[in-house]
Amino acid sequence: MNMETTLISRPEVTTAALPPSPPKMTIRKLDFHYGKFHALKDVSLEVAERRVTAFIGPSGCGKSTLLRTFNRMYSLYPGQTATGEILFNGHNILEAGTDLNMLRAKVGMVFQKPTPFPMSIHDNIAFGVSLYENLGQREMDERVEWALTKAAMWVEAKDKLKQSGMALSGGQQQRLCIARAVAVKPDVLLLDEPTSALDPISTAKIEELITELKEDYTIAIVTHNMQQAARVSDFTAYMYLGELIEFSETDQLFLKPKRKETEDYITGRFG
Amino acid sequence: MSNLYRRRLFFNRFNLVMSLGAMGFGMFFLLWILGVLLYQGFTSLSPTLFTQMTPPPGSAGGLANAIYGSVIIVLVATFISTPIGILAGIYLAEFGRGKWVASATRFINDILLSAPSIVIGLFVYTVYVAQVNHFSGWAGSFALALIAIPVVVRTTENMLLLVPNSLREAAVALGAPMWKVILMVTLKAVRGGVITGVLLAVARMSGETAPLLFTALNNQFWSSDMNAPMANLPVVIFQFALSPYDDWKSLAWAGALLITLTVLVINILARSVFKQASVR
Amino acid sequence: MTASAATAAISLPMNAQSESRSLREPNPPTRHQAAGQWQDWLFERTTLFFAVSVLAMLLFILLALGYSAIPAFEKFGLGFFTTNVWNPVKSEFGALAPIYGTLATSLIALLIGVPVSFGIALFLTEMCPAALRRPLGTAVELLAAIPSIIYGMWGLFVFAPIFGDYIQPALTKVFGNLWILGPLFQGAPNGIGMLSAGVILSIMIIPFVASVMRDVFEIVPPVLKESAYGIGCTTWEVVWNVVLPYTRVGVIGGIMLGLGRALGETMAVTFVIGNAYRINASLFAPGNSIASALANEFNEAADPVHRASLIALGLVLFVLTTIVLACSRLLIAQLAKGEGRKT
Repeated sequence: MNMETTLISRPEVTTAALPPSPPKMTIRKLDFHYGKFHALKDVSLEVAERRVTAFIGPSGCGKSTLLRTFNRMYSLYPGQTATGEILFNGHNILEAGTDLNMLRAKVGMVFQKPTPFPMSIHDNIAFGVSLYENLGQREMDERVEWALTKAAMWVEAKDKLKQSGMALSGGQQQRLCIARAVAVKPDVLLLDEPTSALDPISTAKIEELITELKEDYTIAIVTHNMQQAARVSDFTAYMYLGELIEFSETDQLFLKPKRKETEDYITGRFG
Repeated sequence: MSNLYRRRLFFNRFNLVMSLGAMGFGMFFLLWILGVLLYQGFTSLSPTLFTQMTPPPGSAGGLANAIYGSVIIVLVATFISTPIGILAGIYLAEFGRGKWVASATRFINDILLSAPSIVIGLFVYTVYVAQVNHFSGWAGSFALALIAIPVVVRTTENMLLLVPNSLREAAVALGAPMWKVILMVTLKAVRGGVITGVLLAVARMSGETAPLLFTALNNQFWSSDMNAPMANLPVVIFQFALSPYDDWKSLAWAGALLITLTVLVINILARSVFKQASVR
Repeated sequence: MTASAATAAISLPMNAQSESRSLREPNPPTRHQAAGQWQDWLFERTTLFFAVSVLAMLLFILLALGYSAIPAFEKFGLGFFTTNVWNPVKSEFGALAPIYGTLATSLIALLIGVPVSFGIALFLTEMCPAALRRPLGTAVELLAAIPSIIYGMWGLFVFAPIFGDYIQPALTKVFGNLWILGPLFQGAPNGIGMLSAGVILSIMIIPFVASVMRDVFEIVPPVLKESAYGIGCTTWEVVWNVVLPYTRVGVIGGIMLGLGRALGETMAVTFVIGNAYRINASLFAPGNSIASALANEFNEAADPVHRASLIALGLVLFVLTTIVLACSRLLIAQLAKGEGRKT
C-alpha cells in the first residue's frame, strides 16, 4: 500500500519539538441531540492546552456541532440538548447553572462567515472587551492595537479605526473577527471553518496567524480542508456520522491512520 | 388562422387593454386628486398661514395654532409609540420564536393595523376622555399612538428577522448578555429599516382625522396646554371644509395641501434617505 | 509594537520573561462579573409586556366599547340592529340605516375596486416594462398615502358636481328602466349619496387590494407560468388559468383586506354620503355609514342613551372589521405558508 505517495506532504516543522501539554478541555461521553436527531454519539477526547486541535470529517459528521458545545452556543436554541461532561477549568460546563456569558468570555469563537458588527473597527473590538473589563480610553486603544496586531491587521487598519467594520474586504473582515475574539484574551479559541469563505491569499494569512496564536491560546479548529488540518494542527480528530472515529497527533493520523475509515477519508475514497 | 385562435387572441388583447385601462384609471384619479389639491391649496397658500391663528368666519387668518398643535400631538404620539412598538417587535423577533404569545400578538397586530381609526378614537374617548371629563391633547396623542404602534411593531419585527443568526452568535460568543446583543448589534444592524418604519408611522399619524375628533377636539386659540382641547390641522380642515364660508374653505384647502406635502415628504425621506443597507 | 514581537520564534521557552513575551502571552485579564442574568430576564419580561399589551389592546377595545354601549342594549335589546329609527329627541335609536350604509358603500367599493385592482396587478406583473415597474408601483401606493380627508374634500367639491351633472343622469338613462337595476339609479342627481361614497371608497381601497394581489402574483413559481406559455397560452390565459387559481386564497385575502378598510373609512365617506338616516332603494339617495354617523354626531350627543347608541354602532363596526381582517390575514398567511414563506 503506497500510502505515503497518496497523502499530503507536511511542512518541515513537526510537532515532535513541542513538549506534551495538559488538557485544557476534557470531553467525556458527550451526546448531542437536535430534537430527536442524535447528532453526537458518545464522544470523548481531550483538547490540549496551547495546541491546535483540528476536527475533520465529511459534511454532517458533527464537527461543527461538537465545536459549538465547547462554548454552549447551542443553548441559544430550544430543542438542542447535550449530555455528558465537558470539563473546563475544573468544572463541567454542561451543568445547569453554568454562567454562560462568563464561559463565552473565556472560550471565544470565530465563525465561517465573517461577521463584523455594525460599528467602527475600533468599536468592534472594544465591544467585547468592555463587557468584562473597565478600561480607560488609552488602555482600550492599546488593547485594540494589540488585538489588531495579533491578527496581523494593525498596519492595514490603523488609519481606518473609525470606519465601519463592514467596509472591509472579506479576508480583512475575518481577521477583524479574529482580532475581536483575541482582544478579550480568552483561554480557548474556537475556529469554525474560518477560511472556507475566503480567497487563497487570505486563507494563507490566517493559517499563519493560527500557527502564531497557538503560542498563547488553546485552539480548536473545524475544517473541511484536510490539507489545512495537516498544515496547522498538532492534533486531529476524524469524525463520521456523529462518532469520533480516530483522534491522535496530526502526523500520526495522516501518515499512519489506525482505522480504515480514517484512511478511506483521507485518501479521498469518499467525502 | 382558425376561428377559435382568433377569438382567443382577441380576448387576450381585450383583457390586456382593460388592464392597461385599470392602471390608467388609477393614475387618472391620482393625478386628478393631487392636481386639484395642488391648485386649490396653492392659491390659498400664504405666509399668514403660519403666522396667524384660525379665524372666526368672515375674517382673514391662518392656521398657526392648528399647525403647532398637530406637530405637538404627533411628536408626543411618536415618543409614546416608538419605544413600545420597537420593544414589542423585539419580543416577536428575538424572544418569541415558537411561542404562542408571539403568534397571537402578530395576528392581532395585523388586525389592529387596518382597524377603523374612528373606533380607536372612540375607545380612547370611553376610557380616558369620559373618565376625566374633558378633551385633551394627551388623549389625541394617545389615540394616534395606538394607530402607530402596529406599524412600528410590524416593521421592527420584519427588519430584525432579516439579521442572520451568525451575527447574533458572534456577539453571544464574546459573552455579551442578550440585551446587549439585541440593542447594540442586532437592532443596530437594521436601524435604517427601523427608522423607516417609524417615519412611515409618523406619516400615517399625520394624515389621520377621525381619532382626533373625540379626543383632542379642537381649539380656536393658541394653546400649549396638552391637558386641554388642542387645535390640530385635520379637525380644523374638517370643520372649515364643511362650513359655508369661503375663507374657511380656502384655509381648509391650504391645510389639506400642507398635510399631504408633509406625508409625501416623510414617505420619500423614509424610502430614500434612511434606506436600509444590506444586512447579509 | 516592536519587530521582535511579530517575529517571535516558535521555540521560545515557555517561562522566559521579556518584552516581546508580554505582547505574545495574554496577561489573564481581570474580569468583573457582568450582571448579565437578571438584566436579560428583565429585558425579556419588558419586551414580553409590551407584546402582550398589543395583544390585549384588542380585548380592551371590545370591553370598553361593550361596557359603554350597555345603556343602548338595555333599552333597545337586540332589536337595536334591526330597527331603522334615529330620533335623538325621543331618545329612540335603531342601527339599521348606518349598518346598511356601511355595507352598501363597501360593497360598491369592492365591485368597482376589485376588478380595477386586479387589472393593475396584472399590468404590473405581466405587462409592465421592467423600468416602469417600480415607479408605477410607487405611484399606486401613493394613492394610499393621501390622507382620507383629502379624498373627502375632493369628493365633495370636485367629484360630486361632475358626478351629479354627467354620470348620474347617464346612469339613469341607461339603467333607469331596467327591471332590477332600475330602482337603484333613480332619484335626484345631486352628486352625493351612497353611490358617490362607494365610488370614492373604491379608489381608496385600490392600492391595498392591488398590492396584495401583486405580491401574491409574484409568488407564483415562474416554471408554472412558463409551462403554460410553453404550450401556447396567451398572457390572459396564463393569468386566468394558472396564476389566479394558484393565488386564489391570497387574492380573496386581499379582497377582504380591502373590505376591512372600506368598512372603517370615515372621512372620505362623511363628506359625500349625505348624512341621512334613511334606507332607500336608490343609490343616489343620501344615507349614512356607521363611521360617518359617529363623525357627524358624537360630539353633539348630550343624551346618554344617544351616546351609548353611537358607541354601540362603533362596537358593531369594530367587531365586523375584526372578523373580516382576521379572515383576510388567515387566508393570506395560508397561501404564503404553502410557499414556505412568511407574509
